Amino acid sequence: MMKRWYMLTVVGQDRPGIVAHVTAALYEGGCNLGEASMMRLGGNFTIMLMVQHEGSLKSLEQILGPVIESLDLHMHLDHIEGHLHEHIVPDVRISVFGADRAGIVAKVTNVLSGAGLHILNLESDVGGTSEQPIYIMHIEGQAREGLQALRSALDVMKAGDGIEAKLYPIETMVG
Amino acid sequence: MAVLEILTYPDPRLEEIAQVVEYFDDELRAFVADLEETRLAGPGAVGVAAPQVGRSQRIVIVDISTKPKIPNHGHLVLINPEITEWDGFAVGREGCLSVPDFTGNVIRAERITLEAANEWGETQQYLCEGFEARAIQHEIDHLDGLLFLDRLVSRRNDLFRRKVYK
Repeated sequence: MMKRWYMLTVVGQDRPGIVAHVTAALYEGGCNLGEASMMRLGGNFTIMLMVQHEGSLKSLEQILGPVIESLDLHMHLDHIEGHLHEHIVPDVRISVFGADRAGIVAKVTNVLSGAGLHILNLESDVGGTSEQPIYIMHIEGQAREGLQALRSALDVMKAGDGIEAKLYPIETMVG
Repeated sequence: MAVLEILTYPDPRLEEIAQVVEYFDDELRAFVADLEETRLAGPGAVGVAAPQVGRSQRIVIVDISTKPKIPNHGHLVLINPEITEWDGFAVGREGCLSVPDFTGNVIRAERITLEAANEWGETQQYLCEGFEARAIQHEIDHLDGLLFLDRLVSRRNDLFRRKVYK
């Protein structure tokens, strides 16, 4: 059987050693790993991981079952049309911050999307205190209609809104 | 003139310390011409170093003049380059002909003073900054057996890292 790519999502309460245990089980089960992103979100462990496995989704579930259960985690598996070596290089970074309130992400990402941004990477965090939370977001992406379109769109948004959004070109030096 | 083959990681030749150039002759100039042709053939490359094509000598080419509005010295052939002063630092994105399909963030000096010979053996001094300084530091690393992979900083936390004073 041909090796297929699966997207493995694991979430649960965080503790040290989760990545080590899960990837050891995958390695012992004959799987190959691709790109991955692990983050702690609100104290929870989260990971999304490309797993290449010679077999069905069911058999991959069986490889993971014991370790997922022993660490009290939840998993989700999807078969994907995955490919490595298809990175898109971002040409712009946008950093956003403001007093936290409902709708910041929707507002900013809709404005940017309308001006041609293809988001490749997004991370956000809430800092400050529980009385005065601050929302902070970093976006990297591809400006498909140019940087000026994004700048203009952000200027219009900021004019009435109290959200700080700064745009930085990313010039990748290749040598 | 010829486009030379680019070595890619993990070729061990990329980890060698390159030798000082002693003879500034026609053979050297022919190689520099080939190296430039190789750079131009690489997708979007603003620099290239001799070890990337398997020649373990201290020769690099940097030319960022195709980037609009960035200060630069035009086409630079830098032989036996030595950085004599560093100032400031900045995080920036780098890629490499020897590391296909990956870009990452690297901290480099913002301004450098540099001494290097050209292909005729004439030594000159340069004061470079920003993108050009970054390219030169990246290429000189190749002469010392280093890739930008050796200097990666995390994508998530590098931009706002606070310096802790003791």
